[in-house]
Amino acid sequence: MRKDKPCVLKVEDVTMQFGGVVAVNNFSMEEYEGEIVAIIGPNGAGKTTAFNVITGVYAPTNGRVSFNGERVIENYPRGKMKKAYLGQNAGKYTEHLEPTPDKLTALGMARTFQNIRLWKSMTVFENVLIAKHLKRTSNVFSATFGANRVEEQMQRDEADALIETVGLADVRDELATSLPYGKQRRLEIARALATEPKLLLLDEPAAGMNPQETVELTRFIGEIRDQFHVSILLIEHHMDLVMDISERIYVLDFGSMIASGTPAEIQQNEKVIDAYLGVTDDA
Amino acid sequence: MAKTILPYVISGISVGGQYALIAIGYTMVYGILRLINFAHGDVFMVAGLMMVYMAASMPLYIAIPLMIILTVFLGFMIERVAYRPLRTAPRMSVMISAIGVSYLIQNLALYITGGLNKNYPAIPWISDRVTVFGMETSRVTIITPFLTIVLVVLLVLLINHTKIGMAMRAVSLNFETSQLMGIRINNVISATFIIGTFLAAVGSMLFFTNYPGVVPTSGAMPGLKAFVAAVFGGIGSIPGAVIGAFIIGIAESLIKGLDTILIVHGTITEQIGFATFSDAFTFVLLIIVLVFKPTGLFGEKTTDKV
Amino acid sequence: MKTINDSRNRQKTSWGSLLLVLVFLAIVFYLDQNIKPTNKMFMLLTVLQKGSVYALAAVSMNLLNGYTGLFSLGHAGFMLIGAYTYAIFTIPSSARDTVYQYFDAAIRFSFPETFSNVMGPAGTALGVLVAVILAGLMAAFFAYLIGLPVLRLKSDYLAIATLGFAEIIRAVFQWQKLGPITNGSNLLKSFARTSKFKLEVGDTKLVLSTFVPVLIATVSIIIIVKLVNSTYGRAFKSIRDDEVAAEAMGINLARHKMISFTVSSFFAGVSGAMMAMVLSIAQASNFKSAMTYEILLMVVLGGIGSISGSVIGSFLFVAASEWWLRGLDSGTFLGINAPGVFRNGFRLVVFSIIIMIVVLFFRKGIMGEKEISDLFRDRKKKAKGAAK
Repeated sequence: MRKDKPCVLKVEDVTMQFGGVVAVNNFSMEEYEGEIVAIIGPNGAGKTTAFNVITGVYAPTNGRVSFNGERVIENYPRGKMKKAYLGQNAGKYTEHLEPTPDKLTALGMARTFQNIRLWKSMTVFENVLIAKHLKRTSNVFSATFGANRVEEQMQRDEADALIETVGLADVRDELATSLPYGKQRRLEIARALATEPKLLLLDEPAAGMNPQETVELTRFIGEIRDQFHVSILLIEHHMDLVMDISERIYVLDFGSMIASGTPAEIQQNEKVIDAYLGVTDDA
Repeated sequence: MAKTILPYVISGISVGGQYALIAIGYTMVYGILRLINFAHGDVFMVAGLMMVYMAASMPLYIAIPLMIILTVFLGFMIERVAYRPLRTAPRMSVMISAIGVSYLIQNLALYITGGLNKNYPAIPWISDRVTVFGMETSRVTIITPFLTIVLVVLLVLLINHTKIGMAMRAVSLNFETSQLMGIRINNVISATFIIGTFLAAVGSMLFFTNYPGVVPTSGAMPGLKAFVAAVFGGIGSIPGAVIGAFIIGIAESLIKGLDTILIVHGTITEQIGFATFSDAFTFVLLIIVLVFKPTGLFGEKTTDKV
Repeated sequence: MKTINDSRNRQKTSWGSLLLVLVFLAIVFYLDQNIKPTNKMFMLLTVLQKGSVYALAAVSMNLLNGYTGLFSLGHAGFMLIGAYTYAIFTIPSSARDTVYQYFDAAIRFSFPETFSNVMGPAGTALGVLVAVILAGLMAAFFAYLIGLPVLRLKSDYLAIATLGFAEIIRAVFQWQKLGPITNGSNLLKSFARTSKFKLEVGDTKLVLSTFVPVLIATVSIIIIVKLVNSTYGRAFKSIRDDEVAAEAMGINLARHKMISFTVSSFFAGVSGAMMAMVLSIAQASNFKSAMTYEILLMVVLGGIGSISGSVIGSFLFVAASEWWLRGLDSGTFLGINAPGVFRNGFRLVVFSIIIMIVVLFFRKGIMGEKEISDLFRDRKKKAKGAAK
């Protein structure tokens, strides 16, 4: 653990309850600058839900998320949830902060999606360029009347540079959806990087990839961490990838965290083996 | 006071019943296809026009059933020709197709009628004048709500206790899964359109009896209002649509008479012209509902998956 | 290398397009001088006038429906606001009492008059321009108000809410209590209209009846094209393609939807003002939802997501319904004389069938999502490919 570095992401007691179903129960985690951290767990363990809470898609029922030392998300059981709340730590949090995802992206979080969500009608270049929109200083008038020409050209150059770096220059003007699967994943990561994040959240980046592509992706993730100085939080099913590149791992099962530690520790943890790895051994 | 309001309430209930019969067509189609069938109001108008032409050339006991059959056939054909080919297209395309059909029907009606107002035939018995609670009205005003409720109860029974009804419920819950489970989607959708247009045809008889006549745009406003009623009650819910329609009918009728009511009451001394807003009010209500409870009174909440 | 080419190409296309636009305007100006009302081709001018009104309306709707993916059906309402604002502020004081015959006109103020008192003839033109811009601003202001609650709604709910809003607006403008401003349900007339637009240079009178509406539409459409090609336009398209992804990439949905909605309504308001000046009257009862549907069908005809498509679509629509298919209404069409069939209303029937065919079988419309400039570029590319 790089405790000497500042804490990028701190999740405290996050509980997410849909009606009577507790999807994530009292989840806490930390991530320090420059780390690669993974959240793993069997299907339906609440990984993506946790992700969606961190990125602002869902407001948690209870708990707090801090980013770069700043409280960004906080909630406590309110309204109808007051009675229906099944989790712990009721009363610990008293504020209500519910930013939309774009606010968090502006602060420096960027994500990819489990089921790739590229902008279908647009080219590779445009997909990356649009993610640069966030960094604009122009308003709608200056942009329309061309007063932002310098900035526009700068963003175009940056987008091109980024495409070059991630190795998509040869397909720059292809439609995003015409790319092979592996490249679409790569493009999604490039698009997220275009927002210049401090923390990159990857939701199952290797889903649907063959072993060869997975190996490439593993290397790629390591490279972007070093090159772009980002911290990376990922959800993954491919154990090879997770064990290879993550420095620490959190394991979720039925919404609760059952273990956390280094890959070596996780591999030996009895609870984890029972809940998750044991199953893969059989298979 | 009560004496001034009562006639408006009674006529409101009656109009509400007519809206309810149209609204069911909207809500069922939306429940299954997620489509606002903009042409539904125009089908309703066509039912009125057909009645005008047929009543002139044949006895009513033939004209009425024939009108209903032809209207149902029209509804069925619209789905076949204009919506079915777009089953896999984006929702917006289907909605545009519905708008196109509405445009076509209105223009056809304009061509056939020459844009003239066509007097609706008097249907014996239901057009007769009667006196209720000391006020005179036509019998249709009184029977509409009862007929509406009888039809709705029959419909709910059909949906809850027959095989096709079960299929309808399944399809409206999940289109793809029902298809995988072997439900013949196209039959279910056709059945929905048949039921919807049947009720609209019955509704048109009740509606136009109370009005001077039919013009090509006669269907547009009742159609929109019925749709608003369906949204108000929670789109996809039949009881919701019916209750929504009654509320809108009564509210509309009260607003039409608000000047008179307030003058009698002594609140105001001259006409303010609230009647101008009898149509607009429906939409104010719609926007309020959509903003504060987008799922309507009885609609179910769904969350989008990321 | 690629980026330099990219920016150079972009500049080249924009110069080329500008030249084309200037040539087009010059032709319109020439036609305006040389086609007299007695001429058989006078219909062409009518088509150009009405066509430019609808072209702007269609393009502004396309900005919303095609580029931002917001299915709104409130266009007629915003056009109504624009038409009324324009009309009210350009009625000369001498005509006011005749126009507002049942009311005591509240607004006794006319931009063209006020400005011409100060600046002479040029002031009249400026006054018209100010009134047109004000028409757009009023529409945009109302769009902002209604947008706050309704833009959060999803596709068809948004459609029906905006449709409802247009109906509300129509009722409000017809309300007798607002008569001193809106003239109640009576029509507004005698305001500055295109048939009177002239430029006097010495002894020569130059007719501007067609040139002015075409010019306003052209400038407005160029602005919309600029917006669509800017970083904001790209953001709109990303919202259309995938709202969730757009938000995750830092695009503020509420703000961008609002920008698109208000800009679209601004130009809808301008097109409403143009409609008033072309038709010489403004009456709330004309701005029914049927008008919105017609504009939508023009957009569909041209191709949702193509601005050139919307322009072509609206001119075709207007030309077909006002001119080419006229015969269908008056007995003889293509030399066939059949007064029994070809009578009033048949034109619109044929026309709606054509539209249904487009909607069902040519869903992409004339242009799909392409622009005219893309077609040229594609041809260049192909030529280059062949040369290699």
